[in-house]
Amino acid sequence: MEDDKRARIARRIAKELPENSIVNLGIGIPTLVTDYIPEGKGILLHSENGFLGLGPAPAPGKEDPTLVNAGGQPATILPGGCCFDSSMSFAIIRGKHLDFTILGALEVDEEGNLANYTIPGKFVPGIGGAMDLSVGAKNVVIAMEHVNKNGGPKIVKKCSLPLTAAREVNLIVTDMAFIRVTPGGLVLEEITEDTTVEEVIKNTGAKLIIAEKLGRF
Amino acid sequence: MKPIRTPQQAVENIKDGASIMVGGFISCGRPVPVLEALFEKGVKNLTIISNDTEKEETGIIKLVRAGRVSKFIGSFIGMNRIMGEKMNSGELKLELSPQGTFVERIRAAGAGLGGVLTPTGLGTAIEQGKEVMTIDGRRFLLEKPLRADFAIVRAAKADKYGNAFAPGSSKNFSVAMIMAADCVILETEELVEPGELDPEKVTFPCVFVDILVPVSKLR
Repeated sequence: MEDDKRARIARRIAKELPENSIVNLGIGIPTLVTDYIPEGKGILLHSENGFLGLGPAPAPGKEDPTLVNAGGQPATILPGGCCFDSSMSFAIIRGKHLDFTILGALEVDEEGNLANYTIPGKFVPGIGGAMDLSVGAKNVVIAMEHVNKNGGPKIVKKCSLPLTAAREVNLIVTDMAFIRVTPGGLVLEEITEDTTVEEVIKNTGAKLIIAEKLGRF
Repeated sequence: MKPIRTPQQAVENIKDGASIMVGGFISCGRPVPVLEALFEKGVKNLTIISNDTEKEETGIIKLVRAGRVSKFIGSFIGMNRIMGEKMNSGELKLELSPQGTFVERIRAAGAGLGGVLTPTGLGTAIEQGKEVMTIDGRRFLLEKPLRADFAIVRAAKADKYGNAFAPGSSKNFSVAMIMAADCVILETEELVEPGELDPEKVTFPCVFVDILVPVSKLR
């Protein structure tokens, strides 16, 4: 996917984050959300390896081997941040103290089931924090491409890959659509500037309920 | 006061078949000098309990590549291809836990608890073979405690009683692991007299630490 499409997903998600919220960003498109979080909103990023207040990468030569992000790269901690061990970090996650988790996905379905950690026989890197994050966070937001590498839908009627979590996804933001997961099904609330409702439906493997007032982003 | 040892002396009692918890998140807080000594010693059939492995060919990966590790318990192995290769060849058995479950199983063992009840993993492959309990109307998975013969962790500063400080995100799994092993080996970049480490800055209380290993600073 082109950089501007990825950026649009990240920008749209950043608008959803309320003041003073605690947010965990996954790897890939979710990481880009950092660039669009406005200063002065008091939003703190949680890094599951043990701190709040994740800042940008340090300048070359300023790396501290005892401070890394969840991908293991050198990180910085912003004013207002704090450090803790893994048990407390996952207490923050699982104990419903984390407002948002932004994750990538391989598949999401109508019921809000999420598959993002393995393709059996092909890709078995492990689970990491994904299961705890998707079960524990108050809001689970998926940031991903609307279709897979073969052009097939990633939003499906029922996930075929092993689940990361059952019925936990709240919001799906892609390069085509902004979709809310509700008890009644998937509600298409917004589409991107360069697509149509018909295109979105054609590239989605699940039933979409079209919102009365459809927005654009 | 705790015995002060070299990395080689610290691993003297680690024998074939031992289970070893290793602190660290990727390379952060990883006790590499003691792991190197363990590699030189040549022990095998080890069970390594660690969240993940390093990217580089150090520490755990060196042991895995040499075929010294028969079982790995952790949450993530995607950092290095060697893990997958050894799994596929059948040399290495893997037990995966979600990261939060992994640390709480260790904490439970160290804290004298009989297990952990967590919602994480419900409705996924992690649930298979495990008991599901309903507490006050909510469903939880029963996850059992995890302990080990040894734990190897790293600190920036320790006193001779074994109180130690681990800065930034280097605390990670070590705080739980020191509670859950019979013998805890603590690497420290700085070793000071009792009183020279602020009691308010103790990440690892001395009661859990058995052997002190002074090591050189990173970089």
